[in-house]
Amino acid sequence: MAKQEQEVRIGFYVCHCGTNIAAMVDCPEVAQFVGTLPGVVLSKDYKYMCSDPGQELIQQDIREHRLNRVVVASCSPLLHEPTFRSATEKGGLNQFYFHMVNIREHDSWVHTDRAEATSKAKALAQAAVHRVAHHKPLETKRVSINPTTLVVGAGIAGIHAAMTIANSGKKVILVEREPTIGGHMAKFDKTFPTLDCAACILTPKMSDVGSHENIQVLSYSEVTKVDGFVGNYTVTVKRKPRYIDEEACIGCQDCIPACVFKQPKFADEFNEGLGKRRPVYIPFPQATPQIVAIDPNTCLNFKKGEDGGRVVSDKCKKTCVEACGDKNAIDFTQVERIEEYEVGSVIVATGFQTFDARRAPAYGYGRFPNVYTSLEIERLVNASGPTGGHVVMRDGKSEPRSVGIIHCVGSRDKKTNVWCSRVCCMYSMKLAHLLKEHTGAEIYNFYIDVRTPGKGYEEFYNKLLDEGVHFIRGRVGEVTDWAMTPDEEGKLVIRVEDTLAGYVRRIPVDMVVLATGLEPQQDAQDVRRMFNMSCGSEGFFLERHPKLAPVNTFNDGIYIAGACQGPKDIPDTVAQAGAAAAEVLALIDKGFVEQEPNTAFILEDECSGCKSCIPLCPYTAILFDEGKGRAYINEALCKGCGTCVGSCPSGSIVQNLFDDEEIFSEIEGVLAYE
Amino acid sequence: MKYGYFPGCSLKGTGRAYEESLLPVMQHLGIEMRELDDWSCCGATAYMAVDEGKACALAARNLAIAEQEGHAQLMAPCSACYLVLNKTQHYMAEYGAMKRLVDKALGSVNLRVTRPTPVRHPLDVLLNDVGLEAVKQKVTHPLKGLKVAPYYGCQIVRPYSTFDDQADPQTMDRLLESLGATVVDWPLKTKCCGGSLTGTLPKAGLRLAYILLKEARKRGADVIATVCPLCQFNLDGYHDKIAARWEPVRIPTVYFSQLMGLAFGLPAGRLGLQRGFVPMKPLAAVTAA
Repeated sequence: MAKQEQEVRIGFYVCHCGTNIAAMVDCPEVAQFVGTLPGVVLSKDYKYMCSDPGQELIQQDIREHRLNRVVVASCSPLLHEPTFRSATEKGGLNQFYFHMVNIREHDSWVHTDRAEATSKAKALAQAAVHRVAHHKPLETKRVSINPTTLVVGAGIAGIHAAMTIANSGKKVILVEREPTIGGHMAKFDKTFPTLDCAACILTPKMSDVGSHENIQVLSYSEVTKVDGFVGNYTVTVKRKPRYIDEEACIGCQDCIPACVFKQPKFADEFNEGLGKRRPVYIPFPQATPQIVAIDPNTCLNFKKGEDGGRVVSDKCKKTCVEACGDKNAIDFTQVERIEEYEVGSVIVATGFQTFDARRAPAYGYGRFPNVYTSLEIERLVNASGPTGGHVVMRDGKSEPRSVGIIHCVGSRDKKTNVWCSRVCCMYSMKLAHLLKEHTGAEIYNFYIDVRTPGKGYEEFYNKLLDEGVHFIRGRVGEVTDWAMTPDEEGKLVIRVEDTLAGYVRRIPVDMVVLATGLEPQQDAQDVRRMFNMSCGSEGFFLERHPKLAPVNTFNDGIYIAGACQGPKDIPDTVAQAGAAAAEVLALIDKGFVEQEPNTAFILEDECSGCKSCIPLCPYTAILFDEGKGRAYINEALCKGCGTCVGSCPSGSIVQNLFDDEEIFSEIEGVLAYE
Repeated sequence: MKYGYFPGCSLKGTGRAYEESLLPVMQHLGIEMRELDDWSCCGATAYMAVDEGKACALAARNLAIAEQEGHAQLMAPCSACYLVLNKTQHYMAEYGAMKRLVDKALGSVNLRVTRPTPVRHPLDVLLNDVGLEAVKQKVTHPLKGLKVAPYYGCQIVRPYSTFDDQADPQTMDRLLESLGATVVDWPLKTKCCGGSLTGTLPKAGLRLAYILLKEARKRGADVIATVCPLCQFNLDGYHDKIAARWEPVRIPTVYFSQLMGLAFGLPAGRLGLQRGFVPMKPLAAVTAA
C-alpha cells in the first residue's frame, strides 16, 4: 500500500476465445477503445489469451513496457483467473495487480446484438481499468489440509472410494444412514452383462470396509451440518439410536428368534416389503456391521400411549434381553447422539432413489397385485430373498408363465423425468434372463429404444435375442385387467402400439415388471445445501465440468461420485469413486491449499469498540481486545463474506480486494461509459 | 363463488339434460354461473382439424367476451368446449404466430384477449373450489346401493391433465362416493366412446360404444355416469343398432350432475332424466333392494 504514488501503467488484453467472444464482440474495437483510457499503456486483442503464447505475451509486455497492472477481458475467472495471475507473477508483478473481466459468460454468450454486446464489453473493461489502478500487492495464505476424509453414503461408490483412500494409509469416516452399508447394489441379484452375483463381489468389500483399520464406519447415522472450508471441515453427525450397544453386540443374533413375535410380521425394507421381519432384525445375512437394530415403530417396548408418551406394552416380555444374556447389548434407553468430526475433504456418494411406480398410474402398480417394480424382482429372484429365489406371484404359490417387462417407466417422459436412466435397458434384460431361467416363462420386453452402450452390453442383448426373449418396440399405453377375449380373463393385458409391426396389440401376461428409472434422492436438495454444492435442473448434483472435472464440485474439497451425480451403472460408479478418491489423495499429498487474501481487517485507530460487528460474523472470526477496547479479526477464520465491512458504523473495517476505492472506482468506470 | 358459464351448443341441444341438472345443482351449492352474452361455437374438434388458426380465433372470441364481461374464471361443462378453449389458450401462450393471428381476427370485431382466463371443468370446481365436504353436507338422499361406472371420456384429461390423472382419473370417483354411491372398478374410464365415428363409420364407432357398455354390465354397474354430451349420446342413443349387431346391453348413461341432483333431493322430474333413451330405475327401487 506504500507505493501508491508510483505511476500506474496498465496493460489490457481482450481475448477472442476463437469465435466464442469474437463472433459477438468486436474485439479490435474494444482494444482500440481501452487504449485511449488514462493509465493504459498498451491495449491488444489476441485469439487465445490462455494459450502459452498468450501468457508469454503478458510476461513480455510487463518487462518491455514496465507494466504494473494487467487486465484481461475473456472468460469467467472461475476458469482462467489462476492462469493469468500466474502469468502476471511470472512477469515479475504481484499477482493481485491482475484483474479479470468476464465478457464471455456475461456478454458474448448471452447476447444476440453485436453492437450492444461490444458496448457492454467496453463498459466492463473500463470498470476494470478504473479498478485495477487501485489494486494493492497481497499475499495468499496457505492452509494445511486435514488428512482425514469424510465419505457420505456407503453404497458401492462410497465403499470403493473409502477403500481406495484407506489403503493409502489415510483415515476415512464413512457415514451411512441405513443400519447396514451396501446401498442398492446389495439388493441386486446378478450384475449385467457378466451375470456375476452382486453379493459375491460386494459383500467381501463390505466386510473389508467394516474391518479396515483406517475406516470408521458410522452406520445408521446422518450428516446434519458442515462447517469450515477446504482442508478444514467440521462435520456434525447424528447417530440414530439402534437400541443396541454397538461395542457389546457380537452379532450372534440370538435376540432375533427370541422376540415375542414368533413369526416375522412387519414389511422388510431390504426385501422391498416382499418379506417380513421382526422388530429386532438384521437387514440381510451379510449386513455390515453385523449388528442388529431394533425398530421403535414396531417394537412393543416403544408403544405410544394416548398422550403420545412411551408405554411399554405388557405383551413384551423382553425375551430379546434375556437371550442376549450377560452381553447386555440391548439398551432401550439409547437416545440420538450428536458427534463432531474434523475432516479435510468430503466425498458425497449419496446415490439415487428409484422412480415411484405409482406416479405412472396407467401401469397399475399398487392396483394390480402382480405388477412389480424391478427392485422387487431383484429380491424375488435372489436366493437369499423372501422366497429363497423361487419366483412366485403375490398369491405366494403360482409361478408366472408369461411376463411383460416395461422399459422407461418414469424415464424419457415429459410428464415425469425427461432423462434416460441409463441402466434400465440392461437390467431389464438381465431380469428377463433370470426370470426365464427361473420359470421358463415367455418374456416380453417393451422398449422405446434398446440402449446398450457399454463393454459387452450389445453382446448381452444379442444373447437375449438368441434365448428367445421377445422384444416389442413401443411405449406401453396401459396395463389393464379389462379382458376382451376368454384367454385374457384373469390376466394383465398390456396394450401397446407395436411400432415395428404397425398395429396396436393386446398382450395378456401373468406378471408385469416395471423398469423404474433413477432419480435424485428425496432429500438431495438438503444435502446440496449442506455441502454448498449445485444441482442441475433435474436435481442431480452438478459436477464442476461435465468433461474435465466430473467428480469435482464448485466447492473446493467437496467431491461427488456415483449416481448422486446422474444415473450410472456399477462400472461407471466405481470408476468415478476411484477418481474422487484420487482427487482427495492429491489434495492430502499436497498438504496445503492457497487461499484468497480477501479477508477483512479492522483499522485499529478508527474502531470505536462498539462491538456491533461481533454478533454479525457468521464465522465468529471477530474478537474483542478488552485491553485496547477495540475489535480485531482472526484472519484464519475470516471467509471474506463482507458482512462486517458493510455494517461497521465508523467505516473502520476494510476488506482486501474489495476496499472502497476499488469498488467505487469500478462503479465509476462502468457508469462513465456512454 | 362466481363463474362465467360457457354452455356450448350441446348443452342447449342433445345434451340439454346436462344443463338442466348442472344449473340447479350448482345453484344449490351456492355457485353463481353467468352465461356469456352472445357466445359462439367453440369450434370443437372438427374445426381444429380443418384450420387451426380459424378454430382458435373462433374459440378465442368467447374468451375475449368472458374477459370483457369481467369474469375471473370460465366454466365449460362440455368436454369438447373445455378442451378447445384450453387448447386455444395454450396455443396463444406458446406460439407467437398464433397469438398474432388471433389478435388480428379479434381486432377486426373490436375484441381483445389480454390475459388468460382460467377455463374450469365443473368436476375441477366441485372438487377443488367447493370441496367434497360441502357436497356431502347437501346430500339428503344418499345413492346407497347404486353401482356407478364413472366414465370420463378422453377430452377432459387428454392432452391437458390440469386437475386429474390422464390414465386413471379419480375426481368423479371421489364425487360419486361422496354422494353415497358405490363406484364400480372399471378400467375403461378414459377409453373412446366412438366419438363422431358412430355417425361417419358406424362399424368402428358403434363397436367402441358397445365395448364400454358391455364392460360396465360385466362389472355389475347399474348406471354409467359421464361428463360429456357426446359420450352420453353415443352410449345412450344407439342401443337398437348395438343390439342388432351384437347383443342388447341396455344400461343407462346419465350425467354426474343428474346423480348429484338426485342425491340432493332436487325434484327428479326437473333434472332432465326423462330425456334418456334407456331410463334409469327410480332411485327408491335401487336403494330399497
